[in-house]
Amino acid sequence: MTGYLVRRIAGTIPLLLAIVVVSFLFMRLAPGGPFDTDRAFDPQVRANLEARYGLDEPLLAQLGTYVGGLLQGDLGPSFKYVGWSVNEIIAQGAPVSLTLGASALLIALMVGIPLGVIAALYHNRWGDHLATGIALVGVCVPNFVLGPVLVLIFVFGMGLLPVGGWGSPAQVILPAVTLGAVRAAYIARLARAGMLDVLQQDYVRTARAKGLRESMVIFRHALRIAMLPVVQYLGPAIASILVGSVVVERIFDLPGLGSFFINAALNRDYTLAMGSVLLYSTLLIFLNLIADLLAHRLDPRTAR
Amino acid sequence: MKTFLRRLFLILIAAGAGCADDRAEVDFRFLNTEPETIDPGRVGGQAGGRIVANLFEGLTVRQPPSLAPGPGIAKRWNTSPDARTWTFHLRTSTWSDGTPLTAHDFVWSWRRVLDPATAGKSAQLLFPIAGARDFNSGRSRELGVVAVDDTTLVITLETPTPYFADLAAAPPLAPTPRHVIEAHGEQWTRPETIVSNGPYVLEAWRLQDRMRLARNPLYWNVESIALTRADAVAGDFANANFNQYESGLLDWVDAGGIPLPLIDALTPRDDWHAGPFLATYFLRCNARNAPLDDARVRRALSLSLDAAAITEHVTRAGQVPARGLVPPGIPGYEGIDVDLFDPERARVLLAEAGFPNGEGFPRLRFLFNTSEAHRQIAEVLQQQWRKHLGIEIELLNQEWKVFTATVRAGEYDLARGSWIGDVLDASNFLEIFTAGNANNRTGWESSDYDTRIAAAARETDATLRAEILRTCERTVVVDEAIILPVYVYAVTNLYDASRWKGLEPDLLNSLDLRRVRPRVGPRAGSASR
Repeated sequence: MTGYLVRRIAGTIPLLLAIVVVSFLFMRLAPGGPFDTDRAFDPQVRANLEARYGLDEPLLAQLGTYVGGLLQGDLGPSFKYVGWSVNEIIAQGAPVSLTLGASALLIALMVGIPLGVIAALYHNRWGDHLATGIALVGVCVPNFVLGPVLVLIFVFGMGLLPVGGWGSPAQVILPAVTLGAVRAAYIARLARAGMLDVLQQDYVRTARAKGLRESMVIFRHALRIAMLPVVQYLGPAIASILVGSVVVERIFDLPGLGSFFINAALNRDYTLAMGSVLLYSTLLIFLNLIADLLAHRLDPRTAR
Repeated sequence: MKTFLRRLFLILIAAGAGCADDRAEVDFRFLNTEPETIDPGRVGGQAGGRIVANLFEGLTVRQPPSLAPGPGIAKRWNTSPDARTWTFHLRTSTWSDGTPLTAHDFVWSWRRVLDPATAGKSAQLLFPIAGARDFNSGRSRELGVVAVDDTTLVITLETPTPYFADLAAAPPLAPTPRHVIEAHGEQWTRPETIVSNGPYVLEAWRLQDRMRLARNPLYWNVESIALTRADAVAGDFANANFNQYESGLLDWVDAGGIPLPLIDALTPRDDWHAGPFLATYFLRCNARNAPLDDARVRRALSLSLDAAAITEHVTRAGQVPARGLVPPGIPGYEGIDVDLFDPERARVLLAEAGFPNGEGFPRLRFLFNTSEAHRQIAEVLQQQWRKHLGIEIELLNQEWKVFTATVRAGEYDLARGSWIGDVLDASNFLEIFTAGNANNRTGWESSDYDTRIAAAARETDATLRAEILRTCERTVVVDEAIILPVYVYAVTNLYDASRWKGLEPDLLNSLDLRRVRPRVGPRAGSASR
């Protein structure tokens, strides 16, 4: 187990390094630079700006400087936001995005699993049709449609929740539901399939034959194995939440990393864009690792 | 596991809510994109300029509605007969930390803007000052700004600059606190360290969220300031910003809070406030490419462009068809005011240039930056040229940065462009098209044009100067038609005029909090919505 963990973690280092180099080159290959604006600078002013940010150095030297800083944990200064380092910007945005992502995942699990279990227990009866119906709608409606619809109902219709912004728990609800809905729907479908599969297994029949209460059979014996597909889906779910949060943060005007990420790419804010890529990749790699470890705990057969 | 998740969630909520959100204490909330910087020495762009203008005060202050320069830190000023020496007499005032503010602060600040190491984005605004250009390139340390004593500042200019009093109000010319910048370096603009001299100080700042401005008790004219606190709320997405406005979380939004599909629904509303903006939407012609190297072809394209169709059916928010390059409203300058739509004459000119009824006319490419609004305008133009001249134009859109780089490299035939005035002077729009100006980008240059621009700069008689500038405007718009003006931009703001005074739109859409005040008690406003 420890060997497995060490191997996995060691494997991420060259991966991250490759991500740094590739994203650095991609950013530089994109036409236009941080100082290309509608209003051209006087050549002297432009030269001063490029000198200040080291853009007058050869590309390899710039990459070297960047990687050198990276090894010391320094993601460099933002090109767009004067006087702010990328580390500071990420430190400001990350709590927002992580809260949003964690809440969305929690909602997805708390809604998706019961929905799937109910559907399986009422297989081919009205409970199943209702639950799968809800899940189907959830999978089909994209978050940029769901968000505004929720705003219309809960903000302008019922006046229950704030429309956006950040600062109070109430402001997390709508964005988290918007972000979590699709994932909840997927999880419901997986949980249903897993449960249906498990309920036909011999050991469940044995448990029932022993005369155990049905609730005991479901929650103690069946659920644990039925949740395996859900746990294996957690990795991709986290990835899709990270991607989805970029859109949702815009819909609700949240000061998270998503808005910085988009703007950084559009502004050619090289350091901020690379810092975001690096952060998202690291998160993705490690959260996937955690999901794998969790699956292994639920069913030791999955680990090798 | 569950307890762990619950704990994690609570920790994250606590971290995310770090910026205390005491909305009740804030009198006024306005939309402002996240500025690149609020350091006057490096500021560029409207969002940063708006914050700087409220945190700092320069020698003069623009006074709405005309925006004529009034006294700021300078009580009064006078100019020499040749209009090249300006003497400003400063009032006794202090920084927000109590340190005295003197004429020496202005000398230091302006030298800092021009210092190559600062890399100030607006350094070129200071180029009228004697020696500024060489100073900015690092060739010299001589600059025509001298503090005679603590309250007298003498400025020597390269050429007479009649609008210098207006320029002195521009954000990059605001004073900056030497003692703070030398102590804290680039981070001096943070709420913990910043010291300013204007009506407000910066109390809190979270990127992409909000900047909180609080009244500066040491501001020289603090009695006239009505708002105790104001929030500049950042937001990039018009729909989300509009939602915040509609639900009462914002008191004022500009075009950044107005979703384009809602324009027709919003213009009749009482809280819709529009006015002219000091900006022109135009098309650049690339004079390096045939047949656009022929002025008759460029003129034909211009004369067959029906701007009214665009302002009435596409933009619809109060924009007006342009009748020149310089937008109306600049004091002391009457633009050329010509009728730019005459398809009959356009056809004649195109025939003279060798393309009767558009026959044999090559397929030109019209480049614009990706945006629904620009695409609609481009499609109308494409259709108008087909109808009036019988020519086909290909539309090509590029992402913003790619677009600016392509235009800068001159790899286009026709390209969308615009100019927002920095100062209230026609020369600001016309200097762009001199040879070697980084913003020209048309490949067109004329020594005669440059001579006239230089002559206008030397001219001390205001009427004669305006006359010379008018001939320049006629050259770029009519005789040479190197640009095709489309419309004059509009300021489009939403706010409740029954609750707020001092928000009337002006030419620069400046949002000066010095004049904003509630019509009822200062607190009643925030509670009522």
